[in-house]
Amino acid sequence: MTQAKELALPQMRATPSTWRRWLAQAETPYALISGLAFFLTWQVAVDAFDFPAYLLPSPLAVLKDLVLSWDLLLSETAVTLFEIVLGFIVSVAIAMPLAILFTYSRTFERLVYPIIVGTQTIPKVAVAPLFLVWFGFGLLPKIIIVTLITFFPIVINAVVGLKSLNMQTVYLAQSMGASPLQVFWRFRLPNALPSVFAGLKVAIVLAVIGAIVAEFVGADSGLGYLIIVAATDQNVTRQFSAILILSVAGILLFGLIGLLERQLLPWHSSVRRDALVDS
Amino acid sequence: MLIKIEDVTKTYSTRNGPIRALDPLSLDIKQNEFVSIVGPSGCGKSTLMMMLSGLVSHSTGRISIAGKPINGPYTDIGIVFQQDTLLEWRTVIRNVLLQAELRKLDMVKYTERARHLLEIVGLKDFENMYPHELSGGMRQRASICRALLHNPPLLLMDEPFGALDALTRDQLNVDLMRFWRESPTTVLFITHSVSEAVFLSDRVVIMSARPGRIEDVVDINLPRPRRLAIRETPQFLEYSRRIGRVFESSGILRED
Ligand SMILES: Nc1ncnc2c1ncn2[C@@H]1O[C@H](COP(=O)(O)OP(=O)(O)OP(=O)(O)O)[C@@H](O)[C@H]1O
Ligand SMILES: [Mg+2]
Repeated sequence: MTQAKELALPQMRATPSTWRRWLAQAETPYALISGLAFFLTWQVAVDAFDFPAYLLPSPLAVLKDLVLSWDLLLSETAVTLFEIVLGFIVSVAIAMPLAILFTYSRTFERLVYPIIVGTQTIPKVAVAPLFLVWFGFGLLPKIIIVTLITFFPIVINAVVGLKSLNMQTVYLAQSMGASPLQVFWRFRLPNALPSVFAGLKVAIVLAVIGAIVAEFVGADSGLGYLIIVAATDQNVTRQFSAILILSVAGILLFGLIGLLERQLLPWHSSVRRDALVDS
Repeated sequence: MLIKIEDVTKTYSTRNGPIRALDPLSLDIKQNEFVSIVGPSGCGKSTLMMMLSGLVSHSTGRISIAGKPINGPYTDIGIVFQQDTLLEWRTVIRNVLLQAELRKLDMVKYTERARHLLEIVGLKDFENMYPHELSGGMRQRASICRALLHNPPLLLMDEPFGALDALTRDQLNVDLMRFWRESPTTVLFITHSVSEAVFLSDRVVIMSARPGRIEDVVDINLPRPRRLAIRETPQFLEYSRRIGRVFESSGILRED
């Protein structure tokens, strides 16, 4: 007994000092530093070369616009964010059941898969004007476009994940008397989650693009609409404000999915922090 | 008679045509008997075990356990697969407890038993680790605990100690012997180690190269309980030599 125990023990990692660990784990400080450096360079460049504001506004000018027009920007941001999130949720709600059907029915996959791939090759910008005719200026065409654009990576990754359960694990489940439903919930789905999250991460970034494309084509509110209006007014600073908000929103949404992934899948290697520290 | 295997064969159909894995094979295993199977790699040991558990179908012949013919997964069983099949998203203890969860056993009682088993195999301090944090041998030990958790009346073990160092292997041999004495159960044990087979078993089944046949069956009449030192006794060495001679005479082992 003692032998087995002793053989087992001297295995685990050596703990690096706390601050090193923190530095290696935390990404935020690094992002802040590089972000700050970026804006500083931008500011200095604008000052030094004296760019006219209608070509490239300085970060300080953009900041001023953000502060002065915060209420307008906030309400437009809320509109776009709502489209992004709702479209994303609808997309997940359609894509996941579809992925499950694909996994369990080869026939269904053969029938429907080509259609999905086919629709995917059509650029969404090309069909957006059609939706304008069919569904008007409201929320619906935006949701449809966001869903269309995000749905493919979610399905593909979910199918890959759901199919990756190895035969031996199925055998294990069966030897324990697991029903097909239990095999799905306790084995197949958890096994697929890392892959599902990979799809969600791609999709959330695409969702931002989808919402803006939809607003460009026809909208009366939202950040995309704001950019179009600012462009006709030749208000470059306003355009930069909107772009800045969009990129921050994109980063936050992406980070949110990553956070959810870390909470739900603490075991998963791509979110395993000690792997980063040790290597 | 608990297990009856009669004229069972297995032919896998593959892209390159059918592969004959087992020639007609018959074997009876008594209640609470410890039977080991030794044989060259690829001779169909794992195949035989998978067919006995009903997870893989046999091509011809009959298999029955306690009079019931095997036609689908047989669940009154504990299996250690050749590759450990731990679920990466569950901690060690929750991997072991999976057995109790799916069988709807009393979780409180079996959590205690899981801890006890993990302690026996030296994984006490690792119960809350994830499989990726364990070594190969530790993973295999955890899957042994999972197979033993519910005290199965039939235990199938496919080279469970193959990935372990000699010391740990000896230790686990002793532990398995003690476990088997304390809660007797029928064991089919696949191994590459002749001395491990002789040490543990009531009977050693020697299989020929693919397509597998039973070359010989050797009864091991060594007194129990056995201690590791028994491996140096003349009787033990005689058994090992006998098995070795079967390998040589059947051409499984060639020296020149
Ligand atoms: N799923 C499968 N499909 C096709 N052929 C298979 C399959 N599983 C096993 N075989 C074939 O059956 C034969 C026996 O395989 P098996 O895994 O039972 O051997 P084994 O005795 O357990 O070998 P080892 O000691 O290396 O584990 C092999 O030659 C292999 O080619
Ligand atoms: Mg094998």
